[in-house]
Amino acid sequence: MAGQTLYDKLWSQHLVKERDDGTALIYIDRQLLHEVTSPQAFEGLRLANRRPWRLDANLATPDHNVPTTVIERAEGNAGIKDPVSLIQVQTLDDNCESFGIEEFRINDARQGIVHVVGPEQGATLPGMTVVCGDSHTATHGAFAALAHGIGTSEVEHVLATQCLLAQKMKNMQVRVEGSLGTGVTAKDVVLAIIGRIGTAGGTGYAIEFAGSAIRELSMEGRMTVCNMAIEAGARVGLIGVDDTTIDYLRERPFAPQGDQWEAAVAEWRELVSDADAAFDKVVEIAAEDIEPQVSWGTSPEMVTGISGEVPDPAEAPDDTTKGSYSRALEYMGLAAKQKITDIRLDKVFIGSCTNSRIEDLRAAAKVAKGRKVADSIMLAMVVPGSGLVKRQAEAEGLDKIFTEAGFEWREPGCSMCLAMNADKLGAGEHCASTSNRNFEGRQGFGGRTHLVGPAMAAAAAIAGHFVDVRQFVAGNDSHHDTPSQEA
Amino acid sequence: MNKFVRQQGLVAPLDRANVDTDLIIPKQFLKSIKRTGFGVNLFDALRYMDEGYPGQDVSTRPLNPDFVLNQPRYEGASVLLTRRNFGCGSSREHAPWALEDFGFRVIIAPSFADIFYNNAFKNGILLVTLEEGVIERLFQEVEANEGYRLDVDLENQRVTTPSGEILEFEVDAFRKHCLLNGLDDIGITLQDEEAIREFEAKHRAARPWLFRETANAATS
Ligand code: SF4
Repeated sequence: MAGQTLYDKLWSQHLVKERDDGTALIYIDRQLLHEVTSPQAFEGLRLANRRPWRLDANLATPDHNVPTTVIERAEGNAGIKDPVSLIQVQTLDDNCESFGIEEFRINDARQGIVHVVGPEQGATLPGMTVVCGDSHTATHGAFAALAHGIGTSEVEHVLATQCLLAQKMKNMQVRVEGSLGTGVTAKDVVLAIIGRIGTAGGTGYAIEFAGSAIRELSMEGRMTVCNMAIEAGARVGLIGVDDTTIDYLRERPFAPQGDQWEAAVAEWRELVSDADAAFDKVVEIAAEDIEPQVSWGTSPEMVTGISGEVPDPAEAPDDTTKGSYSRALEYMGLAAKQKITDIRLDKVFIGSCTNSRIEDLRAAAKVAKGRKVADSIMLAMVVPGSGLVKRQAEAEGLDKIFTEAGFEWREPGCSMCLAMNADKLGAGEHCASTSNRNFEGRQGFGGRTHLVGPAMAAAAAIAGHFVDVRQFVAGNDSHHDTPSQEA
Repeated sequence: MNKFVRQQGLVAPLDRANVDTDLIIPKQFLKSIKRTGFGVNLFDALRYMDEGYPGQDVSTRPLNPDFVLNQPRYEGASVLLTRRNFGCGSSREHAPWALEDFGFRVIIAPSFADIFYNNAFKNGILLVTLEEGVIERLFQEVEANEGYRLDVDLENQRVTTPSGEILEFEVDAFRKHCLLNGLDDIGITLQDEEAIREFEAKHRAARPWLFRETANAATS
């Protein structure tokens, strides 16, 4: 009999009951909550006179609506000028308080984007099932946790029953073998994967990322990759446990200590796919073939290398694709066959649950150091993923590097990733963004988003248009403490 | 949840692949803490010429005459015909809330994104998956015939076209059962309360570190 995949193991460890029709009840170890997708779930509980099944499984923080300027944040919730946003954040505070759920409120140093906060606290552990009313919950799979994004009805279901109704997914393995070139990061890897398999390529699958290039990534890099599994259509992205995983978790506040740590680690070591496990689908990519990526269209699969060009819809493989390409070019204000390096930018956003961790900020700062944001850039902002990331970055002097170069240094939150707060693009503006979605209007009505990694975004801010970051970074990316000088 | 048994509905075509949930309901409307009232902002950026904001009186907003749902022939449509990977992107359940509030009870496409699939069924919307070629033909028929209606029968899992052609579709038994009976699945799950408690006790004993009250009990 073939061995089990990591996904199979996690599934069977949480299976409460399987019905004849193939649906199953799986037990949920951790639910993360934020203000946008939880109010109707709490209201549903109240209406049905139900209580949360297990309080300690839940952890909440506001992130989508919080302002990111220092002045507004100094006022706490009162700094949220949009009254509708304010009600949403207050509703989360009230719900957590009345039901007894732990919450990191707006100005708690531990507040931040929910997918940055969970791992940072050790609230995401290997072998857990993790859910959140947010599609980027896939991020937590970097820890060999079975993590799904769910809808609000499911948030309510998990609050009330500690279980989720689920159907087993199929297994896909994406192997990236070899070594990444200098200046090529986790973001480029995942964008290249999405470009290859498409935004629906992973629908119905749990994707396990494997191969030597994945193993060499830090936990931050692995989270970036798993974060965007959903952009390939997969609700779940996974990476097996190794020393990198365990080293990251040691001494985190919610992680086990002492004897329990030892027991946990022994079990976590098993959380890898068996060597003879069978996958329903395997995709192989050579790390050497991946160059820094830039999205040109309105779907994350519309992406190409920095040396590439915008495609010509006339050359699209079928009519539906041709229609999508034409519509995307029109919306983005780009011409067929235009060179990626000729795309001029108006704004730059470094942040989001994809790329707002300390390593991302270091990579961007390495490029920004001693340079200046181009005059043609109206706004270049850096938004750390959590209060603790911000504190760490400031301890390393990264905030100074950014502000001296002309970037704005902000307070933690989702910010311009989806522009629910005041941070947004104007119509027609092009933005180099380290976030995960380039959908129409995502970063503001009529706004034009180009997805890139943090170092590419910083380089674009300095040049005023896209440039190959490899011209800026001489040494290996991991040597962030030895910034290179102008190439 | 509303029941869905059978529906004879006017069909509106949305000829676009990868319709994401940001397009279905833009983020500024997610600030509402209610489940209702999203219908007027369904496909907001496509439907109106200006930028919408929550709580606005939509009756004075300029409509985009080119957008399909603004065309009089599709007024009152309850079946949406669209292209592959409908509902991709964010997990916002506001997307099915907006579709349902607008009046759609059935969406027909070659494929749907996973999270949206779950969310739609939980809100009484039936998703019908048909082959790409069949979808293409339906687009042509809708275009050519004003007042084109489809008869969607969940019980027998079939869609009947005006010419009498029968298109069969798959739907899993549990979702079908919930939709036919308008069942709340929290209630169904709680019938298994015993099994959940039993599982939880074993899980806690085997992996105490996953439970905060028992985490570190041995060392603290
Ligand atoms: S940073 Fe963006 S993608 Fe991530 S949770 Fe916030 S809004 Fe969603």
